Amino acid sequence: MINYWPLIGIALVVIGFALKMNPMLVVTAAAIATGLIAGMDPVEVIATFGKAFNDNRIIAIVWIVLPVIGLLERFGLQQRAAAVIRAMKNATTGRLLILYLAYRQITAAIGLHSTAGHPQTVRPLVAPMALAAAEKQHGELDDDTAEKVKAYSAATDNVGLFFGEDIFFAIGSIVLIQQVLATYGYDLAPLELALWAIPTAIAAFLIHGARLLMFDRKLKERGR
Amino acid sequence: MITLHWLYALAGAMFAAIALLSALDSKNPKRLGNAAFWGLMALSLLAGDAIGDFGNGLLVLGLAGLAGFGFIGRSHPPTTDEAERQSWSDKLGNRLFLPALIIPLTALIGTLAYNYTPLGQAGWIEAKRETYVFLGLGVLLALGTIFAWLRPPAIAPLQEGRRLIDAIGWAAVLPQMLASLGVLFAAAGIGDAIGSLTRMVIPEGSVFLTVAVFGLGMAIFTMIMGNAFAAFPVMAAAIGVPLLIQGYGGDPAVVGAIGMLAGFCGTLMTPMAANFNLVPAALLELKDQYGVIRAQVATALPLLLVNIALIYWLAFR
Repeated sequence: MINYWPLIGIALVVIGFALKMNPMLVVTAAAIATGLIAGMDPVEVIATFGKAFNDNRIIAIVWIVLPVIGLLERFGLQQRAAAVIRAMKNATTGRLLILYLAYRQITAAIGLHSTAGHPQTVRPLVAPMALAAAEKQHGELDDDTAEKVKAYSAATDNVGLFFGEDIFFAIGSIVLIQQVLATYGYDLAPLELALWAIPTAIAAFLIHGARLLMFDRKLKERGR
Repeated sequence: MITLHWLYALAGAMFAAIALLSALDSKNPKRLGNAAFWGLMALSLLAGDAIGDFGNGLLVLGLAGLAGFGFIGRSHPPTTDEAERQSWSDKLGNRLFLPALIIPLTALIGTLAYNYTPLGQAGWIEAKRETYVFLGLGVLLALGTIFAWLRPPAIAPLQEGRRLIDAIGWAAVLPQMLASLGVLFAAAGIGDAIGSLTRMVIPEGSVFLTVAVFGLGMAIFTMIMGNAFAAFPVMAAAIGVPLLIQGYGGDPAVVGAIGMLAGFCGTLMTPMAANFNLVPAALLELKDQYGVIRAQVATALPLLLVNIALIYWLAFR
């Protein structure tokens, strides 16, 4: 007979996030509650949680790249990246964001996923450049259109990151897949898993890229 | 033999140094909280095998308490300002990208060389862990190159590392916490419960419908949990491993890799994934806090269908 009561743990996660509580607390509370409901005693629950955390330390290894990335930022890596993008002529919002999508996917695929992101590149670089390009196409922007351009800038960063990073074999999600399947006796190399992320990466580029071109057309039609 | 423990030691030493620098940062009002938080991470990496399961459990409770009750805060370690960075960028030009490429290239070339040349037969690296070892080597090579070329202050890499890890904050530890939650969920039989619920809707013997339920399940469960990391162990236990891999003989690499990406489609559609969807909406000062999600749904849904089709075609060749 299957016991459905532990599903309360999932409900706790949903409620915790819905109430915008700190995810670290929500996760911890859900873990403890789930263990207790499943009939473990409190010491056993804490020990199980601790053992799992210790067994997954490999996820924390990725952070050793931060001192290098930080040093390169110190010497103007972000400014350099901006200069490269600014050198592009005839930019439209759609083309600019497609370029950023490709840049984000490729850099994430070679492990440079933390060189860009919403605070580092989207707010200071991508969104202002996309807005400037939109003004060229459309004339002065009303609030709704400006809002859309900014939302598409952030969305493009997410799509590029999510469907680029898994091609890099030392990323947390690849490690997690490897660890989970290893518990069932399937010992896979990270590179093998990373390879199968490529077809989806191409599909993501085509689908999101097509939407960006349609967005370009809409900007042009609505303007002038 | 070089094992993962060498890398734990390297990362642990980095977190220990960051903890120490945090404690000494008199400009950060939450310096002691930061020092304790990164100090616990250092302890986990350096001595996790020595303090026992219950000790590790207390360590995790400490991390969650420090993060959850607001004891950690962003610091502002010394770095260059915008104008200095601009002038470095102008002066160094595109050569600046070269040291950035050392880490990925070392990891990539090292992994390929280790697996496809006689180099690997000596067995001097823990099996299947060579990529991480070469990643660590790449970090050290990149640091050496930057020091030889640009001569930053000796403390700079640790201060710059602290600047970035503090900007990320507790989110840097959350993936490991969610993986641990997944283990407890599995121990409590949540995989079995979800599995039996989903198996009720799967018609016996249809590979395609089973793949579809697996892909949709990954996306929906990711939306509920806000993170594909938490969804993957559950869906793997419920459908991926027992039905797709063991039942129908699907390729575990395809089921795992593309199953995770089906989950990422869910991440694009949920406010639970606050870091990606709600934080940028605030950062860009959007009036609609779900504006970013709205811009993503029409990419996420067709891509989810593509992922389901890809698993069906590629895993059962």
